Amino acid sequence: MAITAPQPQTVFPRQTSSLDARLELPENVVVSRLDELASWCRKNSLWPMPFATACCGIELMATGAARHDLARFGAEVFRFSPRQCDLMIVAGRVVMKMLPVLQRIWLQMSEPKWCISMGACASTGGVFDTYAVVQGIDRFIPVDMYVPGCPPRPEQLIQAIIDLQDKIQREGTITGREFDTAARQLQKRALTESGNPLTLDASRNPVIQRQLAAERSAAAVR
Amino acid sequence: MSVEPETSPEMSTAEVCDAGYQALAAAFPGLETSVFRGQRRVVVPAASLAEAMRQLHQAGFDLLVDVSCVDYLEYRGATSRYGLVYLLANTRTNERLTVRCFVDDPEPTVPSMVPLWPSANWLEREAWDLFGIRFTGHPDLRRLVMPEEFTAHPLRKDYPLQGRGERHNFPVISREQS
Ligand code: SF4
Repeated sequence: MAITAPQPQTVFPRQTSSLDARLELPENVVVSRLDELASWCRKNSLWPMPFATACCGIELMATGAARHDLARFGAEVFRFSPRQCDLMIVAGRVVMKMLPVLQRIWLQMSEPKWCISMGACASTGGVFDTYAVVQGIDRFIPVDMYVPGCPPRPEQLIQAIIDLQDKIQREGTITGREFDTAARQLQKRALTESGNPLTLDASRNPVIQRQLAAERSAAAVR
Repeated sequence: MSVEPETSPEMSTAEVCDAGYQALAAAFPGLETSVFRGQRRVVVPAASLAEAMRQLHQAGFDLLVDVSCVDYLEYRGATSRYGLVYLLANTRTNERLTVRCFVDDPEPTVPSMVPLWPSANWLEREAWDLFGIRFTGHPDLRRLVMPEEFTAHPLRKDYPLQGRGERHNFPVISREQS
C-alpha cells in the first residue's frame, strides 16, 4: 500500500465573500468570534465558591481531591472570597438564617457568574421539610445547573460542571448579554418578590392560605 | 418483668450519693422524688425553685450541666405543659441531681439561674428561643439559634413542623439584580 503524504486541508471552510477570498491566514492563526473566545476561556477556568453547608460538602471536597481531580476540567481553584469566584456551588441544605448570607455572597461575586445547586437539599430542601430549611435555593437566587442525588457522587458533580461548560460555550457572550433575558428568569420564579423580607406575606404563607381556604369552604357550606 | 430501679440490688438508694439532696429534702419536705440507675431526681415547684436552687448551689453543686425543656402538650397523664429539667453536678463528690420544675401557659416563667451558674446563660436563652420560657432576672434574654426577627417558639408542640411560612419570607434575587 502506498503511503501518501497528507493533503493540506483547510480547517475553516472558505466563504465565498470577497473579503474572505482575500484573507490569507499565516500558520497557527485561527479566526473566531470574540464571544466564543471569551466563553472558551471562561468555561475552562471556572473558580468555584464552595458554599458547603452539609454532607454534600464532603462530596464536593472529594471532587476537588486527587482521585476525581477537578483540575482536569479547570475548576480546581476553590476560593473562599466571593470576589475571586465565578461559580457558586451550593452543597447542602440552606437554613433560614443562612439564606441572607448566601444571597449576600452571591451578590458579592462579580459577573459573569454561575450557580450549581448540588444535591436534593440545595435544590428542593430534600427530606428536611421543616420550618428552618429553605425549600430550594432557586426560590431566592438564580441557579444554572441542578445536581440530583443525596449526596451526588463526584462524577455527577463533574458532569454538572461539564454541562455548565457546554452552556457557557453555547450562550456565553463577552459582555454577558445572555444574563439579561428576563423571560428565562420569570419561568424559574415560583414566588414573587416581597418588599420587606421581615414581614410575613399572607399570600405566600401556606398555613394562612390553608386556614383561609377552610374558612371559605365552611362559608360555602353555610 | 418490672424495670423498677429501686428494687434492683445494685441500684439501691443506699448507694446513691445524695448528701446534697438530703439537705434539700430537709429544707423542703414533701418533694416528689425518685432514683434511677443511682441518680436522684426531684421535682421542685416553680414557686420554691429559686430558693431550692440557691441551697443546692451552697450544698456544693458547682456545675450546671444542662437546662432543657419538654413540652407535654397532649402527653398522656401530664398535668402541666412545660417541664424544665436542670442537670446539676457536684464536681467534688461526683453527686448528680436532676431537678425538674413544671410551668404552664400563658407566660411560662421561672427565675433565671445565671446568678448562681453562669453556664445557664446560653442554655436559658435556648429554652426561651425554642420553647418561649421566660427566665426572670436573665441578663440578656435574646434568641440563641433562630433569627432575631423570628416570632414563634418552634419546638412547642402546637407549632407546625413546616412553620408558618417564615422560610419563604426572603427577597428573590434574579439574574438582572445580581
Ligand atoms: S442532599 Fe443528602 S447529602 Fe446532600 S446535604 Fe442533603 S442530606 Fe446531605
